[in-house]
Amino acid sequence: MIRAHVMVSGDPLSLTRGAEAIKLALEAELAFHGLEEEVHVSYIGQTGRRDVLPFVIIYPEGTLYGPLRVEDVPFLVEEHLYKGRVAETLLAPPDVLSGVIARLPRREGILYGQQRVVLRRAGIIDPKSIEDYIAYDGYFGLAKALTEMTPAQVLQTVRDSGLQGRGGAGFPTGMKWQFVANQAADTRYIVCNADESEPGTFKDRLILEGDPHAVLEGMALAGYAVGAHEGWIYIRGEYTLAKERLECAIEQAQALGMLGDNIMESGHSFHIHVHAGAGAYVCGEETALLESLEGKRGIPRIRPPYPTVSGYHGMPTVVNNVETLANVPAIIREGVAWYRAMGTEKSPGTKVYTMLGDVNITGLIEVPMGITLREVIEIYGGGMKDGKAFKCAQTGGAAGSIIAPVLLDTPMDYATMHQNGAALGSGALLVCAADKCVVDLAYVLMRFFVTESCGKCVPCRLGTLRMMECLERLRQGRALPGDLEDLERMAHQVIQTSFCGLGQGAPVSILTALRHFREEFEAHAAGTCPTGVCPMTGPVKTIAAQHDYISFMR
Amino acid sequence: MKSLEELQKIKERALERRRMSAEGVRVRVVVAMGTCGIAAGARDTMTAILDELEKQKVTDVAVTQTGCIGLCEYEPIVQVQIGDGEMVTYGKLSAERVPALVEKHVVGGEPIAEWAIKQTA
Repeated sequence: MIRAHVMVSGDPLSLTRGAEAIKLALEAELAFHGLEEEVHVSYIGQTGRRDVLPFVIIYPEGTLYGPLRVEDVPFLVEEHLYKGRVAETLLAPPDVLSGVIARLPRREGILYGQQRVVLRRAGIIDPKSIEDYIAYDGYFGLAKALTEMTPAQVLQTVRDSGLQGRGGAGFPTGMKWQFVANQAADTRYIVCNADESEPGTFKDRLILEGDPHAVLEGMALAGYAVGAHEGWIYIRGEYTLAKERLECAIEQAQALGMLGDNIMESGHSFHIHVHAGAGAYVCGEETALLESLEGKRGIPRIRPPYPTVSGYHGMPTVVNNVETLANVPAIIREGVAWYRAMGTEKSPGTKVYTMLGDVNITGLIEVPMGITLREVIEIYGGGMKDGKAFKCAQTGGAAGSIIAPVLLDTPMDYATMHQNGAALGSGALLVCAADKCVVDLAYVLMRFFVTESCGKCVPCRLGTLRMMECLERLRQGRALPGDLEDLERMAHQVIQTSFCGLGQGAPVSILTALRHFREEFEAHAAGTCPTGVCPMTGPVKTIAAQHDYISFMR
Repeated sequence: MKSLEELQKIKERALERRRMSAEGVRVRVVVAMGTCGIAAGARDTMTAILDELEKQKVTDVAVTQTGCIGLCEYEPIVQVQIGDGEMVTYGKLSAERVPALVEKHVVGGEPIAEWAIKQTA
């Protein structure tokens, strides 16, 4: 059982300074102490700390030791890995420019092996078998709630657990449910947002395809807690397999009596329907979703009133993400203390992250909240592809923030990320190596938003288009004077004046990219693309070339 | 469904059924059939496995499906477990590799190390 990870800097400069000898010495020392089965040693690529090469990072503490000599290795292994004490004398000095501290606070709890709560059954059970689901404790949460708890108790449990919405906003779920329960109304609804249109996010698909009953149980529990008897799953039209699995699961659950009228003789009824979307990103926004669910064009509503007060057909409605709902049965079954033992104080529990881009192993992982990006890349992602240097990552999908290397060791939970000017969002991690161009990335993202903007408000409809055109000019080396300032100004305006989350989120990537990679944008404005990715065609020569941006709208 | 006890009985029956079906079955083969797996060719892999088992007249093997486990880079993923032994997870198991897998591991009992996915975490 691996309990510690040792990462040796393996970039070319470190290798000339003896990194290989250090790695061999580490392996020899570990063998000497009999720790080879417990400690894993690997190389990592460039990290931005060039002042302390060669270095060694040891997880789970995240301590950075450097510059290290071969003679230091026996002491390091004995102190840190054998005795479990940080080898203070070998610690690297804090990096003054980035402010990154050489040591992260030691985290309690398990870090190795993922902690699969939401994905516990995905990839293990046959999703078409309700018996498999029950064999793995399925529906015990609902049964416990209906037979041993009152709706108020279920609600209090979810509030105490600190569960936050996993769709991207991180709003406390218990509080949202409380708002709906407090509304005086005859009818309330539970809506599951399974639209999952954020580019790079496919975590909900895993749950919907691999463990559909978990979503149904979560919705039934939500219904019991707030007093709703009908639920809708709004699933994106492209997820045909997931929709089939859900419909099959609903039939099975009804046949068994875990859904429908008077479940388990408790008096509580809950019916679930599946509604397929039709390819609109904006319908992931909860009010646009409700409009679409009601059969109208999917454009957002003005808020307030929020869906908790006036939602589906004007009734108080809980709109929750798939992952959020999939957490609920486990919380009810195992209890608040169990859930809060994972993750961080402000963001308990686990999160499903999708890793994509220039890492060796792409896919999904479920780990306690508070993991750092470096750990995700090195431990779960198998390191950067082809050993290339890490340049930036985008968290949270297309509407997310661009993260620079300075934030590689920041614990990723909603509060800490927000403090550092980034957003965790849906948990998609797009990792970019040094050969990617940030301006090109920003252009591709903005092109997506231009297509997906619903068109209701001017700032988003026109602003995204103008920003895309500006980025296109930068990409082609025909930037106009003042383009960068205009881009930044427009980004701020669109965020501040857009009607819904689409417009408010679209320019975030541009602003964060400008903050961390301004020189790259300035280089493009001056006529060069440092990575050579952009098709810098130069100044406009013909009228046809002037209008070629129209072709990109196709 | 009327009570917690009834649900508990279903759970026990389900676990028992798994144990019993495992008795008549010598080998369990699980193919990951999420959308990523299917896109990578898992349906062909599944058909190839069933065809190969029929061709070799192997009858004590249970082949089931599951969702995606999250290791999308290595799809199609096939897991093989002989009796109560270790479950070996194979990655990038395309239809062409199936005959060798059935011959060496399913029938022969020897896992093919080069195709297996090693876990470091």
